[in-house]
Amino acid sequence: MKIAVCIKRVPDTETRIKIAGTTKIDETGVKFIPNPYDEFAVEAALQLKQKAGGEIVAVSLGPDSAQETIRTALAMGADRGLHLKTDGQPYDTLAVAHALAAELKGYDVILLGKMAIDDYNHAMGPALAELLNLPCVSAVTALTIDGTKGTAEREVEGGVEVLSFPLPAVITTDKGLNKPRLPTLPGIMAAKKKPMESKPAALGATHVTVRSLALPPERPAGRIIGEGAAAVPELIRLLQTEAKVL
Amino acid sequence: MILAFAESRGTALRKAAFEAVTAARELGDDVHAIVVGPSGIAAQASQLDTSRVLVAEHAAFTQYNPEATAALVAERVKTGGYRAVFFVSTAQGRDLAPRVAAKLGAAFAPDVTSVATNGEEIVVTHPVYSGKAIATLVLTGAPAVIAARPSSFPPARTDSASPSVEAIAPVGDPSASRVVVTELRTGGGAKLDVSEAAIVVSGGRGLKGPEHFTLVEDLAASFGNAAVGASRAVVDAGWRPHSDQVGQTGKVVSPDLYVAVGISGAIQHLAGMRTAKTIVAINRDKDAPIFKIADYGIVGDAFEIVPALAAAVREARRSG
Repeated sequence: MKIAVCIKRVPDTETRIKIAGTTKIDETGVKFIPNPYDEFAVEAALQLKQKAGGEIVAVSLGPDSAQETIRTALAMGADRGLHLKTDGQPYDTLAVAHALAAELKGYDVILLGKMAIDDYNHAMGPALAELLNLPCVSAVTALTIDGTKGTAEREVEGGVEVLSFPLPAVITTDKGLNKPRLPTLPGIMAAKKKPMESKPAALGATHVTVRSLALPPERPAGRIIGEGAAAVPELIRLLQTEAKVL
Repeated sequence: MILAFAESRGTALRKAAFEAVTAARELGDDVHAIVVGPSGIAAQASQLDTSRVLVAEHAAFTQYNPEATAALVAERVKTGGYRAVFFVSTAQGRDLAPRVAAKLGAAFAPDVTSVATNGEEIVVTHPVYSGKAIATLVLTGAPAVIAARPSSFPPARTDSASPSVEAIAPVGDPSASRVVVTELRTGGGAKLDVSEAAIVVSGGRGLKGPEHFTLVEDLAASFGNAAVGASRAVVDAGWRPHSDQVGQTGKVVSPDLYVAVGISGAIQHLAGMRTAKTIVAINRDKDAPIFKIADYGIVGDAFEIVPALAAAVREARRSG
């Protein structure tokens, strides 16, 4: 089975965001991690390979630093890396989807996280699937693949959808699907020797550009209204008269 | 003309349908809606405050049918000459909108919190890094595919609209879709989702064990229609399902009231709830970061405060 898994390098969830200039964040001192949702995709790929055999290609689009993220996937157990090189991280989902689609023809399964925690777009999987004319199931929390048939579950508001689909397919992963393994020391050593190809990304046309990036409006400073159950009547009064939510 | 995708489940429209109409109006007065569902859904059209409603009824639209719905919406946008089509970034909208955008080769912006025009450009705002920053995006070229962030635009629901209703045919055979939703499990009760609720009561590690979430559930019940949320720590510990998690790797919520019980307020949690209109925090540690953004904080033992608060809320609602 030919499996591709797409991963993105993103700032750690505990990062305090500062703005540099008008459209970028200040990366000084920021720790970067593989997008957590993409780690579920890597784990799903590894489990699939264990069951069905085949090869896993870890793909990342971005500047040279994307190769670090690919190495993490290789250390987890992916077989080879494909780096699609750009200057900086492009924002436009569809422009990036075109570059991935150009390289991801002929795979049985393409896995990626349901969203990247930096752009928060939740869009790459379905967009990529359309460009490749493949079936897509997004944000799955359960996945079974049997031969060329798949079934999956995804959370919707107040329920769970059960889906069936044929391979080849694009599948995006949500938290709850699995527990990604940590790279082992031998895995990290082995990853250094695994093949990594780097080539320029063939980005599609850009229709979306970032004009500015700003911090959200500050909330008014917090206020402690009291201690213990004795403060409850005052809280009720404020919720009724000031916040007007009761 | 602007098109709004009116999300439905079975033969009922969802709150997102009315939010999409409101968001679409930001771009123009002449808004049409498109509804895709099983036989009988056309009867819902009078709730949509638009000049025209396009309705596609087919048995294969009883459950969400991603491929046939995307094909139909994309075709209507193209043939109808719409400037833009609006969705809401719900589970369904997040799956559907990027498909439509890819089919149209359109500018695409999901999870937007505001929409405006500037000459030929459409300018939207979109929270990034889970709301730790706000990006202002410029969309060029027509059409544009835009999805509103849930609960960011007031739902334009009405009982008395009189749009012209036009029955439209699916593109191809919707029964032939490769991806099929075979079942929708709602677990009997209609559990309110944290992303849709007007009031969210969340619990964290301060509750000391999963069995104590009954306190949080009871406080949520005291408000009437509140959803129960959870911090990442307790979801990772297996106390609560991931669907309840509020934060950067969970759901981003904007309720009218958010009550945080025993949650210290890690950056990734604050990112998920900082846009709530009113925040109440109950925590034993007066230096917990959650108190920096809480409108009303109470320091102390949740096991003592929460039951007292639930009783007081019930009393207030009875007499109010």
